[in-house]
Amino acid sequence: MMNTAVIEVENLTKRYGDVEALRGVSFSVSEGEVFGLLGPNGAGKTSTVEILEGLRTPDSGRASVCGLDPQRSGAEFKHVIGAALQSTALPDKMRVREALDLFGSFYPRRRGTAELLKRFGLEEKRNAFYSQLSGGQKQRLALAMALVNDPRVLFLDEPTAGLDPQVRREIYDIIEELKKGKKTILLTTHYIEEAERLCDRVAIVDHGKVIALGTPRELKERSGAVTRITVRMARPETNGALGTLEGVTECRTEAADYLLYSTRVPRTIVALVKRLEEQNNELISLEIAAPSLEDIFLELTGRRLRD
Amino acid sequence: MSRMRLAMRNRAFLFFSLIMPLSFLFIYAGIFGRGNRQAMPYLLAEVLALTVMGSFWGLSVQLVTFREQGILRRFRVAPVGAGAMLASSIISNYILTIPTVVIEFYLSRQVFHMSSMGNLVGVFVLVTLGIATFATLGLVIASVTNTMQETQIINQIIWFAFLFLSGVTVPLPVLPKLVQKVSYFLPATYLVSGLQQSMVDHVSLSDLGLDLASMLGCTVIAFLVSTQLFRWEPEAKAPRRAKLWAAAAVIPFLLLGAWENKHEHVLTHALSDYQSIDRPSSPTMPAR
Repeated sequence: MMNTAVIEVENLTKRYGDVEALRGVSFSVSEGEVFGLLGPNGAGKTSTVEILEGLRTPDSGRASVCGLDPQRSGAEFKHVIGAALQSTALPDKMRVREALDLFGSFYPRRRGTAELLKRFGLEEKRNAFYSQLSGGQKQRLALAMALVNDPRVLFLDEPTAGLDPQVRREIYDIIEELKKGKKTILLTTHYIEEAERLCDRVAIVDHGKVIALGTPRELKERSGAVTRITVRMARPETNGALGTLEGVTECRTEAADYLLYSTRVPRTIVALVKRLEEQNNELISLEIAAPSLEDIFLELTGRRLRD
Repeated sequence: MSRMRLAMRNRAFLFFSLIMPLSFLFIYAGIFGRGNRQAMPYLLAEVLALTVMGSFWGLSVQLVTFREQGILRRFRVAPVGAGAMLASSIISNYILTIPTVVIEFYLSRQVFHMSSMGNLVGVFVLVTLGIATFATLGLVIASVTNTMQETQIINQIIWFAFLFLSGVTVPLPVLPKLVQKVSYFLPATYLVSGLQQSMVDHVSLSDLGLDLASMLGCTVIAFLVSTQLFRWEPEAKAPRRAKLWAAAAVIPFLLLGAWENKHEHVLTHALSDYQSIDRPSSPTMPAR
């Protein structure tokens, strides 16, 4: 899966007046990977993406997409990327079908309008004006338009922002399907759920910097955030013995339950099972509450991600 | 082009490009013409000029709307250049304005029994070049203003100058001497004069060489300026030097205006064409 880098970003900085939007952002995205930029509003996600789309110029640093410089390459660059922008619109009186036809006409290689309408569930709305579409329909059209040239790299800036949970899940299904199609996707989000569900790797961005980077699982493992293991056994354990198990930082009792706080869950479980065997004890129930990316964000920044 | 279909669905566009010119046709022909077939070529020339000048409003407002709503930035991600965006808007505007011109000719002939059709080739060239000139001037306004409000205010000011100082409503010979001197610097004055001469005097295009050259020069400069100053992003502000650049677009008409201030050819023609209406009872007869 990890072959050549399709997107490379090195030490990007960008300042708007007094605001330092980016303070040295670096990462790279491999072919076929879904990479997420996760962070609160104003963290610098959109600035980063818009530099990669060629819409903004960084103050310093380097960005490349498919080996091309987004700021200097012309049509060649535009042909390999597709984008769903965060703040954009179409003319109110443009019909769905017309939008796909028009944008398709800009590219030498294009997907058919009928196919896109079908794939994005817009067939019924094909003749509707842009102004008549709901938020979810507009977003589906934006995704369809981003794919009109069958791009190698797809930029999705907050693809589900402002949508209700039901519609958000529809968009997830679409993105998951794109993922199966081996597209390289860079998406930004401030929804934890979205990053965990869709992304192969995630960069957590805050105040213009990448503060953590890895697969959602790596991030959780690497973080100091502890996992809570709740155990109930047939016979009570000798007090304190569980606290000495590998990886356990703290042990508490709560009614009949033992709460083990562990930084290395697999090891703790193995040790626990061994101990139970030695003691000829039996396990009645076991519950693992892993830390979410939300916990990690909280741990790294001291703040919560908010909608 | 889907630009055209958009324009058709835009009420403001329909107003400026169809309803306004046609209502002027009926007002002019009905009130001033009073069934005078000899007066029709002169009156139609004014209506044609108004139709052409409508491009000025349409394009600036459309471009600023597209920029403010973030529509342009979506095009920017696609392989579309500023020049193509601007050219397509001018061309679609042109194709949509031509039917209005044809309708105006048809009505003048059929309803108002216009005595002659004028120099049709000359009219066609003037209308074509005129639309290009006024459309690009509109684009220049769009590229130096930052908000729709600014655009509307500047458009209003310039539009009033075009409307009242160019001879399209108040005939040039009727205007005070001092105002005439200002009129000589307005592109609209030469459009009106050229159309009047083509309609009334059947002058050939070569007699309008200077006027046509100024319009062409203005179009080319205005187009280049607006591609250079083109802004895709809603929050991008026009740099201060932009206003200087924009001023470059009017250079051809500054030169022509200076020349006309000496020779007053436009005035001479305007006077003779105006007299073609030949109605002593006219309430707006030149005071001579």
